[in-house]
Amino acid sequence: MLLVELTVAALTLGGLYALIAMGLTLQYGVARIMNLAHGEFMVAAAFLAYWLVTGLGLHPLLALAVALPVGFLLQWLVYQALLTPLVRRAVSPAALEVDSILATFGLLFIVQGIVLVGFGGGYYSYSYLAFPVNVLGTPVSANRLLAAGVALVIGLAIYGVLVKSRWGTAMRAMAGAPRFAHLVGINPQAMAAFAFALGGSLVVGAGTLVSMFLPFSASMGVTFTMKALVIVIMGGVGNLMGCILAALLLGVVETLVSRFVDPGLTLAATFAIFLLVLLLRPQGLFGRAGR
Amino acid sequence: MMERINLGAWVVAAVLVMMAVLPIVAPGDYLLSYGINLLQYGTLATAWALFSGPTRYISLATTAFFGIGAYTVAVLGEVLPWPAILLVALLIGSLVAFVVGLSTLRLSGVHFVIFTFGLSELIRQLVTWYEVNVTKSIGRYIFTDISMRQIYWQLLALLALALLIGWLIRRSRLGLALRVIGEDEVVARHLGINTTRVKVLLFVVSAAFMTLVGAVMSPRWTYIDPAIVFNPSLSFQVLIMSLLGGAGQLLGPLAGVIPLTALFEYLSGRFPNYFSVLLGVTFLVIVYLVPNGVIERLRSVFRRRPVALEQKGSV
Amino acid sequence: MKRRQTTALFAAAMALTLSGLSVPAAAQEAPKSIRIGYSLAKTGPNAPGGETTVRPNYDMWVKEVNAAGGLMLKAYGKRVPIEVVEYDDRSSTEEAVRAIERLISQDKVDLILPPWGTAVNLAVAPLLARHGYPQLGSTSLTDKSAEFAKRWPTIFFMLGSGGEYAESLMTMLDAARKSGKIGDKVAMLHVADGFGVDAAVAARKAADRYGFKLVVDKSYPVGSQDLSPLLNEVKAQAPDVFIAWSYPPDTVLISDQARVLSFNPKVFFTGVGTQFPFFKAKYGAGLEGQMSTGGVDGESALINDYFKRHKDLTGKEPDSWGSPVTYASLQVLQQAIERVGKIDRPAILTELKAGSFDTVLGPVKFKDQVLHGIFHVGQWQNGVFQGVAPSNLKGARAAVIPKPNWKN
Repeated sequence: MLLVELTVAALTLGGLYALIAMGLTLQYGVARIMNLAHGEFMVAAAFLAYWLVTGLGLHPLLALAVALPVGFLLQWLVYQALLTPLVRRAVSPAALEVDSILATFGLLFIVQGIVLVGFGGGYYSYSYLAFPVNVLGTPVSANRLLAAGVALVIGLAIYGVLVKSRWGTAMRAMAGAPRFAHLVGINPQAMAAFAFALGGSLVVGAGTLVSMFLPFSASMGVTFTMKALVIVIMGGVGNLMGCILAALLLGVVETLVSRFVDPGLTLAATFAIFLLVLLLRPQGLFGRAGR
Repeated sequence: MMERINLGAWVVAAVLVMMAVLPIVAPGDYLLSYGINLLQYGTLATAWALFSGPTRYISLATTAFFGIGAYTVAVLGEVLPWPAILLVALLIGSLVAFVVGLSTLRLSGVHFVIFTFGLSELIRQLVTWYEVNVTKSIGRYIFTDISMRQIYWQLLALLALALLIGWLIRRSRLGLALRVIGEDEVVARHLGINTTRVKVLLFVVSAAFMTLVGAVMSPRWTYIDPAIVFNPSLSFQVLIMSLLGGAGQLLGPLAGVIPLTALFEYLSGRFPNYFSVLLGVTFLVIVYLVPNGVIERLRSVFRRRPVALEQKGSV
Repeated sequence: MKRRQTTALFAAAMALTLSGLSVPAAAQEAPKSIRIGYSLAKTGPNAPGGETTVRPNYDMWVKEVNAAGGLMLKAYGKRVPIEVVEYDDRSSTEEAVRAIERLISQDKVDLILPPWGTAVNLAVAPLLARHGYPQLGSTSLTDKSAEFAKRWPTIFFMLGSGGEYAESLMTMLDAARKSGKIGDKVAMLHVADGFGVDAAVAARKAADRYGFKLVVDKSYPVGSQDLSPLLNEVKAQAPDVFIAWSYPPDTVLISDQARVLSFNPKVFFTGVGTQFPFFKAKYGAGLEGQMSTGGVDGESALINDYFKRHKDLTGKEPDSWGSPVTYASLQVLQQAIERVGKIDRPAILTELKAGSFDTVLGPVKFKDQVLHGIFHVGQWQNGVFQGVAPSNLKGARAAVIPKPNWKN
């Protein structure tokens, strides 16, 4: 049935987008770093997975298990080495944002350059879980389903932690009122570093999962970054649930436009919505005014 | 101080005259080619800094306007005489800039950056869709007899004009208004400055130059399609060149353009594999070592000395 | 008297000897090296194509030529080695134009090898034409090749003409329909870019002429990440023939999702990338029956030898469309140079236009600067991307229609 087929397609796509955007929401929302190298890290993770799977013969899920802690560590180091000096010298959150944009631009080119030197400019692809799974009568590729499923599980898990645990509450406090966080005994630096690293490991995980079904090349990072940025801002900065919902919304819009209007306008529709949200409701569709 | 400004202006004017005469005095395609490259980025960076420098809004819309200029030539190339095409490109670019400029009302910082980057992509997607579905053919051809020299001189004229306008603005009340906006926009509004009008005006002027540069450069490529003229890396390169030199000074962008174009030239031949990495390192150097640009850093070094001497003297 | 005669004789002998020695000196000195330059993209959208199809062939040819001592220049009676000057244009047309300007004016190279892709080749064509450098384009495809050949006397199109591919495909499909193997329902997708749009326009015209019905005719943007909704739509129409004018990443997406959906039309034709080595590595035996542009003569000893040498020398396998054509372009250039005997670009150009050359593709001869005798449609048969159309080309094999079902 067309409706079921479209819904499944929309949710799978939305799940993919949520996976791509969640890491960035944590980094931007809590650590206040607009990480423009986001897509580059995803691509680097995809190449890492490729190397682990085809070069070392590792099982892709094992590669994922390896990638997550590696991503965490790497991004934590990036925060400490590269971003802490900027945080220290920032005179205002706006200044930090601008500085972090520029610094992560630099990081973008460096990571892309490293991948290029290692793998060259060509397209790479490997197959994993490329068999169909029947979802309500529609066949969906198992690897895409896995990506969407993981996004949902991780999203809910992190949301649960953010809402229910003390430590999660501390993170939300940081996101909400960074200047006053230390008044209640939160160490902003450590918290920000942790959030950045956690977001980073999500990004690396996303890259690994995506590599199972999307052909990737060193120059693709910017596409992912743009998608993630659109979703993060639409969902409201630092709002994880908003981010997931915005991702699903985007998946629905793209699927509908592709089917009923013109596939050639899907990306244009995405940007148009994004621009509208920025102009009419800059705090995001689900964000609270005044953040 | 007045004398220093006048001397600087004379020096710049002399350099421009020398550059104008260069193709006649020292002919050679390579020199011309390098000159075109330098002037292209010089004008784009100077135009970029006209708006982004004083207002501190980082714009990634350079590509959008450059592409609009180039695409106008591609569409009207066989239909109108060259000056008319430039005029049409100017009008279209200014109109788009006007609409986009109004959007800066409600955005700031990160949102503006992403908005302008998204804008380039959006225009590209729309033009592509139009070509694919309406004209059903996506590439356009530009067959003109415009020589490299003519392109060189047109770019030089644009650069001279951009510098002139920048200089005039700085000395005018508009320039003062801009500096206040850059420091604190709320204060500016309280002072009665119509910040909207100022920002939009500057953005339109800046975009007009970028559009014209795109139009002037386009005959060099023969075949044009949206992917070619709306190439996002142009925005990044112009950004990095302006910031390196310092977007707050009139000549700052040029101070960034000259070394970076030389560096890129050197890199593409010797270390092609490492271009991306070195570009990234340059960004980091800018952010950590010269956040306000090289010229500002040099000035601060020179400014400290007289103060130190005074202190020594008083002891 | 005797002494004067002796002296005179001695002087005469000296004069004769000296004049004898100076005769070879009047025929110039051989250059130390033949400088050949090119600009290829190492990054950006043009990189994957260039790195697969063009660069390995350039590297391989230079290595082999220099291993033999260089190109034989009979005007000097010796072999002169090749010296390469290369630039990275980062997929920017302006950078490519500048690189060629640099090669001509600054590096003053003897010959220039073309960059990858139609757009860039067209961009540098006026420049090369103005300075008389031959341009053997093996990766540029346009339906205006006849017009461009007149405008730029230095440009050669070795992939034929754009419209020919759709024509050959439709002719083959028509023959299959006449023998009852397929019906007349065709579903066509194309990427919203130069290659896709031009190919789709030509295919639409040809399909109309042959009386095929286009039940789906849609485009999708470059960089799409999920094409399953489109493919669902296509599958719902139950076409006999599926054509997708796609780029490597979308070719992979389409191929993956067709398999997931168990979409098995009788003819499955995808675009660029299908004939690339990474594609074969990814799908292995499951590729059987998939069609695309290009194709090679799998039985040809020349081709098999070329594939082996390419793998040995560069570590990568060639693709089965542009790679052998690119290598052939270098063989053509080499033979033209060696026939002329020295680096005389006008003479080389004359030879290129008129001469007949031996290459891995077989004998090659240009007609008005365009090469027509290459495969336009190929099909994966037993691990070889075999040329199937035009069917009257040497080495063409019958297309396997219907395509065997996907092996999951």
